[in-house]
Amino acid sequence: MNYNWSFAPIFENWQVLAIGAVGTLRLFVICLVIGMGLGLVVALGRRAEARPLRWLSRAFVEVFRNTPVLVQILWFYYALPILAPVEIGPFTAAILGISLNSAAYSAEIFRGGIQSIEPGQWEAARAIAMTPAQVMRRVILPQAVRRIVPALTNRGVEIFKMSTLASVVAYVELLNQGKLIASIYFNPLEVYTIIAALFFLLLYPIVRLTYALERRLARSDA
Amino acid sequence: MSVLKLVGISKSFGGTRVFENVDLDVEKGDRIAILGASGSGKSTLLRCINLLETPDAGSIEIGGTKVGSAGRSGLRISERDLQALRLRAGMVFQQFNLFPHMTVAGNVAEGLSTVRRMSRPDARTRAIMELARVGLADKADAYPARLSGGQKQRVAIARALAMDPEILLFDEPTSALDPALVGEVLGVIEQLAEEGRTMLLVTHEIGFAYHVANRILFLAEGGIYESGTPDEVLKHPRRPLTQHFLKEHKRFQF
Amino acid sequence: MYEWDFGPVLAESGVLLAGFRNTLELTATALAGGLVVGLLLALARLSPRRRLRWPAGVVIEVFRTTPPLVQLFWFYFGLPIVVSVEMTPFLAAALTFTIQSGAFFAEILRAGIVSIERGQWEAASAIGMRPHQTMRRVILPQAVKRMFPSMMERSIELMKTTTLVATVSYADLLFQANELAQKTFRPLEVFTLVALVYFVAITCLSGLGSLLERRFARSGEFAA
Ligand SMILES: Nc1ncnc2c1ncn2[C@@H]1O[C@H](COP(=O)(O)OP(=O)(O)O)[C@@H](O)[C@H]1O
Ligand SMILES: [Mg+2]
Repeated sequence: MNYNWSFAPIFENWQVLAIGAVGTLRLFVICLVIGMGLGLVVALGRRAEARPLRWLSRAFVEVFRNTPVLVQILWFYYALPILAPVEIGPFTAAILGISLNSAAYSAEIFRGGIQSIEPGQWEAARAIAMTPAQVMRRVILPQAVRRIVPALTNRGVEIFKMSTLASVVAYVELLNQGKLIASIYFNPLEVYTIIAALFFLLLYPIVRLTYALERRLARSDA
Repeated sequence: MSVLKLVGISKSFGGTRVFENVDLDVEKGDRIAILGASGSGKSTLLRCINLLETPDAGSIEIGGTKVGSAGRSGLRISERDLQALRLRAGMVFQQFNLFPHMTVAGNVAEGLSTVRRMSRPDARTRAIMELARVGLADKADAYPARLSGGQKQRVAIARALAMDPEILLFDEPTSALDPALVGEVLGVIEQLAEEGRTMLLVTHEIGFAYHVANRILFLAEGGIYESGTPDEVLKHPRRPLTQHFLKEHKRFQF
Repeated sequence: MYEWDFGPVLAESGVLLAGFRNTLELTATALAGGLVVGLLLALARLSPRRRLRWPAGVVIEVFRTTPPLVQLFWFYFGLPIVVSVEMTPFLAAALTFTIQSGAFFAEILRAGIVSIERGQWEAASAIGMRPHQTMRRVILPQAVKRMFPSMMERSIELMKTTTLVATVSYADLLFQANELAQKTFRPLEVFTLVALVYFVAITCLSGLGSLLERRFARSGEFAA
């Protein structure tokens, strides 16, 4: 195993990776916001009075959780434009696939958090004549969100990792740019090592943070 | 004949001393009840005897053989010595600690097959024998979750008995039970006492201790504060903390 | 309004079926491997020996924190450069997903093991069981049962993640779908059908999971 690693071509082309990093970040931020926001809406939809609303939310969650996100992205990329008169580029397809998928997962996290609050909290709040909406906003959600911060952070990390799938439809992000460099310099080993390292260095501190949060939460609940 | 001998046992947790220099000599057939306020170190003393906790200093002799050797931080014990010791001292816990994924008979047979290397059918036969002794042979194939607290504790006793220990250690065996279920467990312990078993019993059932034990130890102030026969310690305590403890315990009795 | 027509796609359903078989094969391989790797990693991580604990920690954290597609590319395009192996898409995928799911399984198992009450360890050692006997006979059976839902969920994630192998031309369901879409000029029907196949397969799997879970619960040993 005396292979001569050569990282020079990668460092010389750092701008190529930088462009990719910007693309990754842009995709990540948009998908994070839509994914979490829509996730909360869907979670509340699952507890709605109106049956169709409950049913629709449930179907949304099941469909997007029980199919692979890559199939979703490709479906939006190749299939949706045939149905709807819209131009769908790689960026839009990736946003749709990743956000909706993440919304389904976040919805389950929110739902779990809401359900984990003891019935006594509902009863106590209702007993002082708060409306259901008030109970949710003032009593349940603040407690639930605190409990699910680690799970949501974890979801954020997953969204970041998922952004690499956009390379499959040739959206310009880190992995896609890496492929480009590797195809020019024939150095896939170095390129993919660097990319893996970049992701690790960026995400690992956040992962450690979720561990710390989980520990703190476990202690305060005990 | 001495079954168990503790000499100069000390234990502290991160700077807070639980007890220091405890000596204890247990003869065959002794039934020793250990009393004391909560936090006085009763559990820790029992757990030091079968080395669930390692004493910081002192020596333990069981059945005439010394356990381990003095090391830099307390006793040094090989895995083999540890196992040998634990086979000679059976332990019954306050929270039962039954194995929830095994049936009642499975719980009792487990040590026989994995430690004593008995064949599974033999282990089961023996397990059912032990269960009959505590009146639970009919529950052999139930899972622990299906039992009442009193039944669980009787299974735990059978599990300890199956290993043929020379001495039995009970750590508040009835404290986790509904008052109505205490009697059935005490009944089993009483029966073991009548058979002449050697036992150390931590309990808050003072009446039972008086009735069953031949010696009482009262723990306080980091050691054995007062000891003697049940009449001496429970009827005519000489030292103030013992007197106070017993008075508190009798407050709501009639 | 678009005229749906599944005819041309269904006429070639054999292509998709072959792909589905490959997907299942890869999933099963990585699942079996992942469980073994996961158990070993979990035990190493809980070991009192630093020399075992540390490398296990690194493998677990790296494979959980980097994107699976990057891992796959690394094994497929990168690894053959330093190790002389005939790297096939299947081998690369099996390696990647075995280690990756092993890392996730390890964390699940570890959490399960440490969640077992200390009293269980104490009761086992009080009847003279050695640590490895206690682990095998008392702790692991309870940890595995307690963690079964998480393990099931992870296995389903694994099946979904195997779609990534389409990018290195392993003929899984998604890859075959792509081929078929180009051949029939019916991407809408093909991708909808494929999504449906995954949906049904995964829903069945998770249904099976809940069924098993309930059976465990009924066997009476779960309640405290
Ligand atoms: N594992 C431990 N770590 C730290 N302190 C402990 C531990 N076990 C017991 N202690 C402390 O030792 C003292 C004696 O505890 P214990 O033996 O359980 O008392 P008892 O059984 O008489 O109620 C208590 O102050 C308790 O807080
Ligand atoms: Mg105690």
